[in-house]
Amino acid sequence: MSQQSFLDVKDLRIHFPTDDGLVKSVDGLTFGLERGKTLGIVGESGSGKSVTSLGILGLHKGGRARISGEIWLDGEELVSASPEHVRGLRGKKMAMIFQDPLSAMHPYYTVGDQIIEAYRIHHDVSKSVAKKHAIDMLGRVGIPEPTRRVDSYPHEFSGGMRQRAMIAMALSCDPELLIADEPTTALDVTVQAQILDLMRDLQREFNSALIIITHDLGVVAELSDDILVMYAGKCIEYGTTEDIFYRPEHPYTWGLLGSMPRLDREPTERLLPIKGSPPSLINVPPGCAFHPRCPYAELTGGKAGTEVPPLAETEGGHLVRCHLDKAERRRLWENEIKPVLETQ
Amino acid sequence: MLAIVSMATFAIFFLVPRLAGATAEGMASRYVGRTATEETAKLAAERLGFNDPLIVQYGRYVKGIVAGAEYDYGAGVEQCPAPCLGYSFITRQPVFPDLMNRLPVTLSLAIGAALIWVLLGVGIGVLSALRRGTVFDRFAMIVALAGVSLPIFFTGLISLQLFAYGNPFNWAAQGGYYVTIEDSPARWAYGLLLPWITLAFLFAATYARLTRAGMLETMNEDYIRTARAKGLVERKVIVKHGLRGALTPIITIFGLDFGLLIGGAVLTETAYSLNGLGKYAIDAITNQDLPKVMGVTLLAALFVILANLIVDLLYAVVDPRVRLT
Ligand SMILES: Nc1ncnc2c1ncn2[C@@H]1O[C@H](COP(=O)(O)OP(=O)(O)OP(=O)(O)O)[C@@H](O)[C@H]1O
Ligand code: SF4
Ligand SMILES: [Mg+2]
Repeated sequence: MSQQSFLDVKDLRIHFPTDDGLVKSVDGLTFGLERGKTLGIVGESGSGKSVTSLGILGLHKGGRARISGEIWLDGEELVSASPEHVRGLRGKKMAMIFQDPLSAMHPYYTVGDQIIEAYRIHHDVSKSVAKKHAIDMLGRVGIPEPTRRVDSYPHEFSGGMRQRAMIAMALSCDPELLIADEPTTALDVTVQAQILDLMRDLQREFNSALIIITHDLGVVAELSDDILVMYAGKCIEYGTTEDIFYRPEHPYTWGLLGSMPRLDREPTERLLPIKGSPPSLINVPPGCAFHPRCPYAELTGGKAGTEVPPLAETEGGHLVRCHLDKAERRRLWENEIKPVLETQ
Repeated sequence: MLAIVSMATFAIFFLVPRLAGATAEGMASRYVGRTATEETAKLAAERLGFNDPLIVQYGRYVKGIVAGAEYDYGAGVEQCPAPCLGYSFITRQPVFPDLMNRLPVTLSLAIGAALIWVLLGVGIGVLSALRRGTVFDRFAMIVALAGVSLPIFFTGLISLQLFAYGNPFNWAAQGGYYVTIEDSPARWAYGLLLPWITLAFLFAATYARLTRAGMLETMNEDYIRTARAKGLVERKVIVKHGLRGALTPIITIFGLDFGLLIGGAVLTETAYSLNGLGKYAIDAITNQDLPKVMGVTLLAALFVILANLIVDLLYAVVDPRVRLT
């Protein structure tokens, strides 16, 4: 298969056989991403976002997981590549920032040592050279007094500083693909904004391809070029950030927009809460996985519960997975959803 | 620290003789010899101060440790220079130099065995954790479970049978031929090999289980995923990140075990006729030589206390989150 984008994920499936049954964490995901561009992957807890990103890095728990599909990174296919080859790419060609920087950093090594380690895996340099680089990186992510802080342990940093240090570590080898899995979820709101600003600045500077994973559309609103909305391991809507915010066509996306936390609203106050909870990935509801929670399921005349809707283009690369016809979706959005979301 | 040490001496001083059921005359008669009449025994008891209030006796005991002591039991004066951990009237020798003579044997035994059991236990534990559920893991853990749950005299006897009496070379025959490391390192190691293996076998089980449990926990930590995400080779992920994270409880247990052990490995030393502190203690108990029993107990207590202290200090080295106060 030919490869078009810098990162090309094609029909990616990651299934985990467990005692209770097959967990289909990622079930046929396709997307592409260019250098210098940002993709937001959005979905509720358990929709398979983390597994997707770990899968790209080859970090989905090895032996037990079943992975299929294709992951093309800069002309190389990773699913069929040897684990050792993919290991060599990790950290250098592609890097990852994790959600909780406290648990993601080793408590027994200094922040500097952990960055030095990351750098020296891929660069044959002395410790002192690597340390200079670590100090330089810490300075670039906005850590004050990096020469002194390089010898601190993670627990001596604040949450925001730790996440900056995580970012410094991930960027230390100048990766071309950076995946940030909920980089701000563990931080408080003001720090969140700072970290997001930092990531945007650094991405411009390094011109890397960036994937930001989040359950909060607000996080990706300003950063992303494109947004992929995930539900139960599948993409249910894909489009530019404008598509998703101004012309969303999937009822689940509407729900996400309605439950976006905002500074001017109490967190408990949601305009259009999504009823019920995300489905189990072992017994994914038949037909449209969202139908038990969808307020418009009846409008599809029984099809929602029996037939899996295809991911179809509505226009100009905007993809939606829903049985409702295009005109109906747009009518609902314009008449019922948008007015509610704008009431303030 | 000092407080704990003095508490230990106190406990030993007051408890050991009473547990042994000693009376003033009984003790004194040992000092003056078995043939003594009741009269001379009484006299000796008086002279040695066995009838003084206990607290006075204790003061004398502590003073002896610090400044040395003299024992005048009527037929002569025995010198016991500081630190005087007691004076045996049976062998007519101060206890402390005895202990110092025995210590290298026990130390040799303990250090060698510790090296083997740590390498073996931790190695098996790591492999078991990484191969969880495989035949290797199941077999190792069954053996380890037996090792920790069966009483020590049972496993001890089995390992003796296996390694000492049942082995084709009948190595046990060399028991008792302890050669100091200065004389010949090779023969030192050769002579200690079986005792080392026996002792290590007893301890390795605990360490294997502990390491396995710790590794299973740390290998699921987020920081392991981070280490892999950096592109670190798996071997380094396991050792530098996984094992390092699982080390704290192992160090604790090791400190305590080792502290206990250099106080004397009773079973092993007796079985292999190694003249270490453990054998010394057993012999002293058999002969009801109270000053020796007290002396060796005190030394053992000191080692345990010291080990605890070192473990506490090590904690701060191993885990930077621990602040020494
Ligand atoms: N190793 C595994 N074995 C079995 N199931 C797994 C494994 N890893 C992940 N899963 C399952 O895959 C599903 C998706 O998990 P994932 O972590 O990708 O969700 P997520 O979208 O990142 O959610 P969150 O917002 O909570 O991080 C979950 O239901 C999880 O239980
Ligand atoms: S297919 Fe039906 S149930 Fe599924 S999202 Fe569309 S309207 Fe709702
Ligand atoms: Mg996640």
